[in-house]
Amino acid sequence: MSSKTHFFLNNTEIRAGEHPGMTVLDYLRKIQRLMGTKEGCREGDCGACAVLVGELDGDRVIYKPVTSCLMPLGELHGKHLVTVEGLNMPHLSPVQQAIVNEGATQCGYCTPGIVVSLTSYLMDDKEITTEGLKNTLSGHLCRCTGYRSLKRGIDFLKLSVESRTGIRSLVANGMLPPYFLEMPDRLRIIPKLQMDKGISTPEFFIAGGTDLYVQKGDMLPESELCRLAMNQDMKGITPMDGYIRVGALTTFEAFASHAEIIRIIPNIKGYMSRIASLQIRNRATVGGNVVNASPVGDVTILLLALGATLVLKSGETSRTVPITSFFKGYKRLDKTPSEILSEIHLPIPAADTKINFEKVSKRNHLDVASVNGAMKVRCEGAIIREMALTMGGVAPIPLFLEATCRYFRGKEVCQETIEGAYPIVQREISPIGDIRGSAEYKRLLARQLLIAHFVKLFPDRIKAGSMIAGLK
Amino acid sequence: MKHIDAVSHVRGESQFVDDVPPPAEMLYAAVYGSPVMHGKILAIHTEHARAMEGIVAVLTAQDVPGENQIGPIIPDEELLAGNVVRYVGQPVAVVVGTNPDSARKGVGMITLDVEELPAITDPKEAFQKGWIIGAPRTFALGDVDAAWQGCDLVVAGSCEIGGQEHVYLETQRSRAIPLEGKFLKIYSSTQNPSGVQRHVAGVLGMPIHNVEVEVKRLGGGFGGKEDQATPWACMAALAAWHTGKPVELALRRAEDFRMTGKRHPYSSDFKIGVTREGKVLAYEVKHYQNSGATADLSTAVLERTLLHSANSYYIPNVRAFGVCCRTNLPSNTACRGFGAPQGMFVLECALAKAAEKLGMPREEIQRRNLLKENDRFPYGQQAMHCHALTTWDRATERYGLPAAISRVDAYNKSHFETKKGIALMPVCFGISFTTTFLNQASALVHVYTDGSVSISTGGVEMGQGLNTNIATIAARALGISPNRIKIESTNTTRTANMSASSASATTVLNGNAVLMAIGQILDRLKSVVTGAPGISGKEKVTIIDETVFYDGRKTEWTWERLIQTAYTNRIDLSAHGFFATPGIYFDKAQEKGIPFAYHVFGTAIIEVTLDCLLGTYNIDAVRIVHDLGRPLNKLIDRGQVEGGLVQGLGLMTIEDLQYNKKGQLLSRDLATYKAPDVYFSPDDIEVEFLEGGEEALGPFGNKAVGEPPLMYGIGVFFAIRHAMRAFRPGTEFAFTSPLTPERVLLQLYSDFQPPNQDKLEKTFKGGA
Repeated sequence: MSSKTHFFLNNTEIRAGEHPGMTVLDYLRKIQRLMGTKEGCREGDCGACAVLVGELDGDRVIYKPVTSCLMPLGELHGKHLVTVEGLNMPHLSPVQQAIVNEGATQCGYCTPGIVVSLTSYLMDDKEITTEGLKNTLSGHLCRCTGYRSLKRGIDFLKLSVESRTGIRSLVANGMLPPYFLEMPDRLRIIPKLQMDKGISTPEFFIAGGTDLYVQKGDMLPESELCRLAMNQDMKGITPMDGYIRVGALTTFEAFASHAEIIRIIPNIKGYMSRIASLQIRNRATVGGNVVNASPVGDVTILLLALGATLVLKSGETSRTVPITSFFKGYKRLDKTPSEILSEIHLPIPAADTKINFEKVSKRNHLDVASVNGAMKVRCEGAIIREMALTMGGVAPIPLFLEATCRYFRGKEVCQETIEGAYPIVQREISPIGDIRGSAEYKRLLARQLLIAHFVKLFPDRIKAGSMIAGLK
Repeated sequence: MKHIDAVSHVRGESQFVDDVPPPAEMLYAAVYGSPVMHGKILAIHTEHARAMEGIVAVLTAQDVPGENQIGPIIPDEELLAGNVVRYVGQPVAVVVGTNPDSARKGVGMITLDVEELPAITDPKEAFQKGWIIGAPRTFALGDVDAAWQGCDLVVAGSCEIGGQEHVYLETQRSRAIPLEGKFLKIYSSTQNPSGVQRHVAGVLGMPIHNVEVEVKRLGGGFGGKEDQATPWACMAALAAWHTGKPVELALRRAEDFRMTGKRHPYSSDFKIGVTREGKVLAYEVKHYQNSGATADLSTAVLERTLLHSANSYYIPNVRAFGVCCRTNLPSNTACRGFGAPQGMFVLECALAKAAEKLGMPREEIQRRNLLKENDRFPYGQQAMHCHALTTWDRATERYGLPAAISRVDAYNKSHFETKKGIALMPVCFGISFTTTFLNQASALVHVYTDGSVSISTGGVEMGQGLNTNIATIAARALGISPNRIKIESTNTTRTANMSASSASATTVLNGNAVLMAIGQILDRLKSVVTGAPGISGKEKVTIIDETVFYDGRKTEWTWERLIQTAYTNRIDLSAHGFFATPGIYFDKAQEKGIPFAYHVFGTAIIEVTLDCLLGTYNIDAVRIVHDLGRPLNKLIDRGQVEGGLVQGLGLMTIEDLQYNKKGQLLSRDLATYKAPDVYFSPDDIEVEFLEGGEEALGPFGNKAVGEPPLMYGIGVFFAIRHAMRAFRPGTEFAFTSPLTPERVLLQLYSDFQPPNQDKLEKTFKGGA
């Protein structure tokens, strides 16, 4: 922990001696006094503190927007941190010009974060799409504009930037400061930090920190941390024999963008756009979601239906646990304090397996679900041979509906079969009323989500209208 | 002209209170709030906090040197609770530390011995127990009691409308700097600099002139900083006074959620009588406002509710009763719309219920009863330049309402599991502070020797575009480029006795004050050139594009030469302007008068699609025709309409405040309270401005635009209801807002019987 965090902040090389658990937001505002990065919520829900983190990838630097309020300073080692100040040029950038021209800034408090995120979108060498820009904006709250002028700004941006995306092209066209071209070489000289072997009993293990900073934000800057991110072997997705090995530190965004994952869960990107903002997806880890053990964790609910196996490591020893038996009670896990979830094995489903994820929340996007659920089902003809049904928000743990699955196996996919499952589902779940909804609502949603799975996966056999008509 | 701050905003260079470099030795304050809803304070234990490293002071009620009182209308609000606490989070102690983290840790070490007292959260229950604030009020027109018997149909019902968190992106914050002597300078994120100044002076027991309040800009206000920026400024000032050091107090988001008030929830009962043809003959409404623990601005909010109880409609017989009910929740406060949305919602519910009973489309009964020129509002004022029908007809024609309705009907016939709904929402909003004396403003204009201009007003820039408007007004009045004009910060030493920036009236009042000041300077400047060759009378002198014209002919006099000459001739290049809205008054004994300078009209059409399986909905399109008078800056005005609309859509749908039985806010941060995001907000919003011919109060014929558009959002409730009724024809759904996906689904499947009733921690909803 004593070594300094060595990184670049905009165009400046930094060796920061502050506690590595200090948030990047506090470092920027309190230590560097770069005041363009704003504090709006300290929990990753508003985007006012968005910054870019650039990481070397071969001969390029890949920039991703993240919320600086949930990121530890120590994570910046070897990276390029970009704030709105680092994007400023004597003239306005296309993103800045779009916002000015369309009146898409009013009070201005959310604006720098939006500038940063939209700029990162252009830094990727790809075609600009309205949906892509909207997706980038989705982690940003703006109370003044109602977003309409920001959407006009998107149109303006498409016209003004056209195909000149990517860092080189942006720099060549005066749309990004030239120092960005030097960053790969400058980052390469920063020596890698060694994993903190010294701490055997850290007060906190931290992965993406997107939940830990919300829960324990005041303690982390003063605690002994084990920053898991330094374990390179805990990242990445590798196809193996019969399963896919997902490093526990794989971010949501990396997970949803990986071809192997998309092959198993074809709609994963769509699900993810509702689960978390891009800024959070770039930090939140798949393993963190599991270990966090929220009874309504979206990714966990998916992994539970997929029949994942968890690999837990403690020092040199490791063991595996099926995810279905990992959750023992509310936030209680089959895991000792020294064990780390290092990887997740996803069995590759048989070719005709169907997977669906459903979620209902107050706000459709980026809200914790009232109830969520996933279904993995394989049929032979119309007969269900394999069934995995999970639900979140209906029990103290992410719930695998064992009895309901048993009921379905061997039955035909038809309205009567589904209707026969209603009471079984109700017996398996035990929701409580909370801010996400009353117990009665969650019970009702459990039934409705079950129908929704079948309607989505078997559109030829199951019609929503007919299912609804059969309800009381 | 673009937003005057747009460039510095996008570069991240605009400074908010805590972006300004801190003065040396600055201390930081954090606030300890009551853990209980209601109780008698027996002891405050601060010794552990005081003993902590980094803690400089812990201040409680007994440390207030002046009056421990900050109620803006009724003195019922202590800055720091001394004997009794009335809501969870009510400030009890201020902890001052060398950094914010120390101060917060100090807060964590404070404990309170308290004898708990019975608490109330429901406004009707509070009313029954006599827990009211001020006197109940009744506005009446015609004779309601006599009118019922002439009606073909009389229906009654109840409504609930929830509160709304402001969600200004910048939380409450203030910085207090001790100056020499016993003077203080306060930087505050307030909509009401003079209010802060007055209360800081009162709390510290010093004359008002000892306190200077400076406001550069706000990261959003929406009413939440009209009165409720004051306590935090007073606490920072108190801490600075005691320590002799600069002190900053900035709330974290969760603290802001917990400790500050929100839009008032209302419980209301209505009764409406109509003819078979849908003509409304009588309307009676009783509003029980959930005011929270203290008066704050509640009585003024209630007044605006009553004034807007008939919205855009003419109803010959009206009786509107309203009462502020004291409950053990944070004191509710101003919020864009200021009571009007609550009043309008109830009437829309009554109209919907009547239409449903008559088997008549809702929009038919709405249109039939719209205000016409010279119709009377229940408070006696007549509708002048009335655009209720104009905007309605323009909207239905421009956006093809009959075709849209046919399309929605056809969709609903061919779809079962999804339904569409469509609804219209007319809005008529009165412009002026309803408290007549507040309708005053002043401005200070300096012209410097190089021709550049400095303008100070009592208006606060909070994103709404006030400074852009003022610069536009001044440039147009002076005949010079806006680039020569600088809008100064809002500061109590340059502008005294300001009214808050609220009531949509900030541009109206301060813009007109600027015109008064500029008029004086122009008059003097015209005298300077009069007598020069070819210029014989100042009446025919004008300045256009920075050049003096005489009788329509260009002269040799440029703006710069004019100013230079005036200066060397010892002509005063500064002026103070004062404006008071003419012709308004209100007689509270009779509840009659002319409270508003004018009304803003408009109509929105909102279309939604409802997923009847899951109870979720999507807002597909919003079409608006909005009465703007003569636009000053369409970019600014459009931003106000769109932003207000979306805030209103959130109010009626997903913004759901919930407290538990202990009075603790459950929707306590942005993870649990969801404001509209880029996906929730409809992509398809069209706004057409009805550009009126008549001369509004101005400036330059411009009409106020800040609040009225919020109320277009009310329409979404009825659009969703329309879709719900298409799915379950004939069902009488509750008039409970917000219409969350939960409320939708539970009502669509009201027969659903959960198999076993678990023991649940019951929560009650804000106002519901």
